[in-house]
Amino acid sequence: MSRMNRLALLKILKQHISNEIVVSTYSTATDWSSLSERPLNYYSVGAMGLASSHGLGLALARPERKIIVLDGDGSLLMNLSTLVTIGKVAPRNFLHFVFKNESYEANGGHPIPNKDVDFEGLARSARYKQAETIKDLDSFAARLPLWMKQDGPSFVCLEIEQGPLGRRDYSDIYKAARRDALRQALASGA
Amino acid sequence: MSEAKPITPGTEANIVKAAQPALHGRLIIDAIKSAGINYILSVPDLHTSQGLLKPIAGDAELNLIRVCKEDETLGIAAGLMYGPNRPLILIQYTGFLYALNSIRAVAVEHRQPIVLMIGLLSKEPGIAPQESKKYGIRIVEPILDVMGIERCLIETDDDVGLITPAIDHAFANSRPLAILIGGKPA
Repeated sequence: MSRMNRLALLKILKQHISNEIVVSTYSTATDWSSLSERPLNYYSVGAMGLASSHGLGLALARPERKIIVLDGDGSLLMNLSTLVTIGKVAPRNFLHFVFKNESYEANGGHPIPNKDVDFEGLARSARYKQAETIKDLDSFAARLPLWMKQDGPSFVCLEIEQGPLGRRDYSDIYKAARRDALRQALASGA
Repeated sequence: MSEAKPITPGTEANIVKAAQPALHGRLIIDAIKSAGINYILSVPDLHTSQGLLKPIAGDAELNLIRVCKEDETLGIAAGLMYGPNRPLILIQYTGFLYALNSIRAVAVEHRQPIVLMIGLLSKEPGIAPQESKKYGIRIVEPILDVMGIERCLIETDDDVGLITPAIDHAFANSRPLAILIGGKPA
């Protein structure tokens, strides 16, 4: 079975997004921003690995909203202890996707140190409320409404292929105006 | 970026004053609460363990999040500030050194009011940090200056009055702040 494509997954996700805050990082950030320009997007770039930590803070700050983190496997490995912290704090509004392409794609496509790492098992042992692994688009589309609805923290490992890489413009997603736009959107109740 | 401005320069008078050992954690906690701090994000630091972290853990007005590594705190703090929160990061200077890249990105380049309370473990009483025999302590203030992070040094109870206005200033101007805990809180 061929592995899933990141952009195809994000296109399915987009159909289910309304007022959630979506936290993305590096490859997921550039792909997500190309699909969905909205003030409720939050970009974690500049310090690789912190997307889920930003998401945890947002989940506590905005308990009335679902926080969806679009993490990378290389990114998560740079901040693996975040799973333990999130499992303990246990925000109900936290949904953590990890796109596993077994590489540091944003850094040149080099392999992660151990491609056989069991992210689902790590999340489960860190006491996420539920954790699973998805290998095909149909399963993703079928399960997504449940993940969006159920209490978290929830963890979903998505086994994807490498690339293709979208347009890279981190300076655009890094800019302060985007963070200001999120603040304004939250203040206005968007 | 503007040049870093030490709030309490290490003058001779300050150093003499710093030789007085009394620094009460309760006063520091009162000061941060007066500044509206409601979240503490921390990795345990032996320097502040008894005098600060333990009473914070039992304080119903402060939400304590214990994290595993210091750079987690930068992301959590940044996210918390999208709600009605003022977080404070309580770590040891070694953790500060560990988390420098996250501090660079999230606090400095994003110009956010990230408040770092940094324990200077084993700093000699009454000795300015840059005069310490410990290399790791000597480099903390120069690094903060290079990064343009404002700082204040808390050696004794007499310095605690610096804390609340420094935090208010950081939030009013959306700039990071380092509060260096030189004395060992009791």
